[in-house]
Amino acid sequence: MHICDLDLNMLGANGIVGGGVPIAVGAGFANRYRETDDVSVVFFGDGATNIGAFHEAANMAAALRLPVAFICENNEYAEYTRRDRTMAIDEVAERAAAYGMPSVVVDGMDAVAVWSATISALQWAREGKGPSFIECKTYRYYNHHGVQTLGMKYRPDEEVEEWKALDAIDRLEARIVLEQIMTEDDIAAVRESVAEEVQEAVVFAESSPDPDPLELLDHVYSEPGSAGQ
Amino acid sequence: MNELTDAGRELTYLAAFNEGMRQLMAEDPDVFVAGEDVGVQGGVFGSFAGLLEEFGERRMVDTPISEQAIVGLGTGAAVCGLRPVVDLMFMDFVMIAMDQIANQAAKLKYMFGGRASLPLTITTNAGAGLSAGAQHSQSLEAMLCHVPGLKVVAPSNPRDLKGLLIACVREDNPTVLIKHKKMFGVSGPVPQEMYEVPIGVATTVRSGTDLTVVAYSRMVVESLKAAELLAPEGIECEVIDLRTVQPLDIETVISSARRTNRVVVVHEAVRFGGLGGEIAAQVQEYAFDYLDGPVTRVAAPFSPVPFSPVLESRYIPDAARIAEGIRDCLGLQPANG
Repeated sequence: MHICDLDLNMLGANGIVGGGVPIAVGAGFANRYRETDDVSVVFFGDGATNIGAFHEAANMAAALRLPVAFICENNEYAEYTRRDRTMAIDEVAERAAAYGMPSVVVDGMDAVAVWSATISALQWAREGKGPSFIECKTYRYYNHHGVQTLGMKYRPDEEVEEWKALDAIDRLEARIVLEQIMTEDDIAAVRESVAEEVQEAVVFAESSPDPDPLELLDHVYSEPGSAGQ
Repeated sequence: MNELTDAGRELTYLAAFNEGMRQLMAEDPDVFVAGEDVGVQGGVFGSFAGLLEEFGERRMVDTPISEQAIVGLGTGAAVCGLRPVVDLMFMDFVMIAMDQIANQAAKLKYMFGGRASLPLTITTNAGAGLSAGAQHSQSLEAMLCHVPGLKVVAPSNPRDLKGLLIACVREDNPTVLIKHKKMFGVSGPVPQEMYEVPIGVATTVRSGTDLTVVAYSRMVVESLKAAELLAPEGIECEVIDLRTVQPLDIETVISSARRTNRVVVVHEAVRFGGLGGEIAAQVQEYAFDYLDGPVTRVAAPFSPVPFSPVLESRYIPDAARIAEGIRDCLGLQPANG
């Protein structure tokens, strides 16, 4: 869950649902403070828009006109509860209007539609117009945590199969072939190379040594040895 | 700080903070302030007065009443390399922002494997005595001290306030600076130049041989008064001002306890679960054989801070109550018989 890569300016997935949204607004503030062209892009689910931090952060970003793109991956479930049981609005994007920011609802299973909406959001922010909100209607094959896909009480198995038929990667591949950008063989080669990359990462992870137990208190504070009161 | 020349100049607690903040912003263009009413109004107590006029809206940011987003703004900006000062108007509001403080700011460096720096300073105003009621008067430092990753300071005088503010803002870890709001008008010598009071270093503000009083924030002032009350009776108290409450300078406390053999801990926060318990535990761990009696705690009763001035003055520990605690620790009868 806690992936991060500061070399890519990726400030971490967050263990607290919605907890990363205010931090993303802070990153947006830093971008504008430094007068860069950078835009802070924050990803969260439909469930995260029910936490107070989201609303405070959205309002703050809009009030200060910060360069932030709010991207909601609406997969219709918050942990193990269906969305229509936890919010009384039809579309999550309606929330953006309350903060005076523009929003758009896109088919989150259509990669090109998501790309196009994202370009618009980045351009909006770079023109100094402040934040905007994209709701991507999508689905999850796996669970809130864990890898079980079927046989869960909270959703019917048929629903998972219906969404899998709309798979974003399958649809993108079909479009690429149809538009003669790549051949099916090219795509198969990409799939194979990605699978290899993932396998290498698994091997790297499994073969990496465990940390030295003496590292326990490292990085609690920036200077070594100051932890452990 | 003795090497600094004061030339007898005195500033109030409030002005010392304001001067330190101004000097920090002049020194480092990455320092900015965000919080409720910090800009146009200059802070509800005037802590940030004049800074908007001097540094502009880009660096003095009035925010919505959104404590989570205020601390999140600081956390995100700090991870991105700025040096934010975010203000929570009253310490009670720390509780609103606790996810961003305790789960985010305090932990990101650790969760990022040390790759991130988090030079975030949270300033806030704590303490009772203004009849501000149960939700604007608390001393909640123990909750912050319980969270690994944070440093927490609680200065008792203008000189330490300015020096600790400068140390906090220059620090690469998240810090919380707790001002006591009943201290704003108190004056004391403050050097003009920029200086740091080191974080994590206590100071002995009164030497004595009979007993060690450990305090911080405004309770240092009351403890010194208590020591003066008892001096004519031949009771000589040593008074230690912790200045920083996380990390705790326990060495200074232990070294004193081994000489005086008795310890009284004083804080304005409620007694149960307060820092007094932690300090008492560490004193018995490191100085058990030197103690002539149990460590005594003088602190607020387990109650919300009352609004009524009559009840509030009974709630807050004062010199008389501290003196009683000292007598108790020494095994003496109460002064009134």
